[in-house]
Amino acid sequence: MAYDLSFAKDVYENAEEGHWIKMCMQCGVCAGSCPLGPHWEFSPRQLFQMIRAGKAEEVLKSESMWMCVSCYHCMVRCPRGLPITHIVHGLARFAVEKKRADKDQVTRRFAKILWENMERGGRIGEMALTTKLYMVNGIPDGVKKGMEMKDQAMSMLKSGRLKMDPLHLSRIRGHAGFKAMLKKAREIEQKKRES
Amino acid sequence: MTKTYTFYPGCSSEKKASAANLDISVQSMCHILDIRLNEIKDWNCCSASIGYAEGGELPRLALSARNLGLAQKQSHRKDVVATCAACWLALRETNDRLNEDAEIKAEMDEVLQAAHLTYDGSLRPRHLVEVLIEDIGWDTLKEKVKKPLTGLKIAGYVGCQTNRPFGVCGDSFENPTYLDKMIEICGATPVAFDKKVACCGGALAFSELEKVCGLIKDILQSAKDSGADLIVTPCPVCQLNVEVYQDKVNQMFGTRFKIPVVYYSQLFVAAWGGSWKQAALHQQIVPANVLKRFVR
Repeated sequence: MAYDLSFAKDVYENAEEGHWIKMCMQCGVCAGSCPLGPHWEFSPRQLFQMIRAGKAEEVLKSESMWMCVSCYHCMVRCPRGLPITHIVHGLARFAVEKKRADKDQVTRRFAKILWENMERGGRIGEMALTTKLYMVNGIPDGVKKGMEMKDQAMSMLKSGRLKMDPLHLSRIRGHAGFKAMLKKAREIEQKKRES
Repeated sequence: MTKTYTFYPGCSSEKKASAANLDISVQSMCHILDIRLNEIKDWNCCSASIGYAEGGELPRLALSARNLGLAQKQSHRKDVVATCAACWLALRETNDRLNEDAEIKAEMDEVLQAAHLTYDGSLRPRHLVEVLIEDIGWDTLKEKVKKPLTGLKIAGYVGCQTNRPFGVCGDSFENPTYLDKMIEICGATPVAFDKKVACCGGALAFSELEKVCGLIKDILQSAKDSGADLIVTPCPVCQLNVEVYQDKVNQMFGTRFKIPVVYYSQLFVAAWGGSWKQAALHQQIVPANVLKRFVR
């Protein structure tokens, strides 16, 4: 049976830094270097080989990419110099674009909440970000989570390292231009995807 | 003579944000060294190491490109200095991509136009640690010491993004030495610390703490085993994760850690004769009481 290369080609051409995957020699240094080893199903090495073997659904629906803590151990150790951390980030984004990423995966949701928090005013509001993240599974669960973390929150407040700003309404002055810039960037990416 | 740099503080260094103690001690440190940090006016967030998922490639890179464009518009200086590991990484990654990829550069020109900005790729993003080592120099850093931290044992925790993928001053990825040298210059003793470049869990400490609590425990255990009185780090995420979750680690693993975690800038201000407040040591969550006998 011949391999179906259409998924691999799609990744090489359309996932950020995806073209590097062709260069992987399956040594496994990335897998051995990853601090989240106990928590992923597939290591970067395995993901890359699965892409070559055309296992689109298994790759895109996997939680493995969302385990990346961006520590860059894999990237500096790869004997072939592949930017592995960025490839894994690219695969996570690719799964989002293809609407295959698990919507309930907490880090995937955190990434969305952080981006929205940042885009709304141009900068992060840490209290609004934390509150929203804790509330992702509804208010009762959020209250429970908030109670679990109340000592941490209180110690941050007391040490002057958490601003009482649950609404996060401040905006950078050039916010209109900032929004226009991001809109333009998304348009260009969209156009490329369609062509 | 005053040395002046364009400065990108980032969200965690804002007033009353999670790394307010980094910013205050950095400002005190730079005051002593006669360094002037000119903040980029109206800077935006870099989206840190989690921006890739929702932002995608071009919008994510546009965030840092806007900051670089503002820096270029506001000053003729080539250096843009960051104190946050993720901010520095994002600036450098974006700058490299713009210089190496003509397609991205052309697209970014169009993107920046929407914000009435341009950026030609010629600025140099640097970490403040690089400025200290390369522009100020080890000798000057040592000459400033008034209260040597004699007898203190310190674990130099470099962490990830101040070290990888770019590295500081060509130092090793596996065993960087600059932080130990800083500890030594302050008169303290750097301990052999085998979690020096280990990961604290980064953003996952926020979203999935149960998965990374073990990493934080290992760092604390290694510091304790090495006999350290405190941990020092350059990174705001390392500082936060290893300090604020100590109680959680203790709950989860039945340990009794209470190890202070301070920034290199706080250590320098203390050793250079600065006050408790100038070093922002009143903003620690695990009190750095071991420094009390040296600081007024």
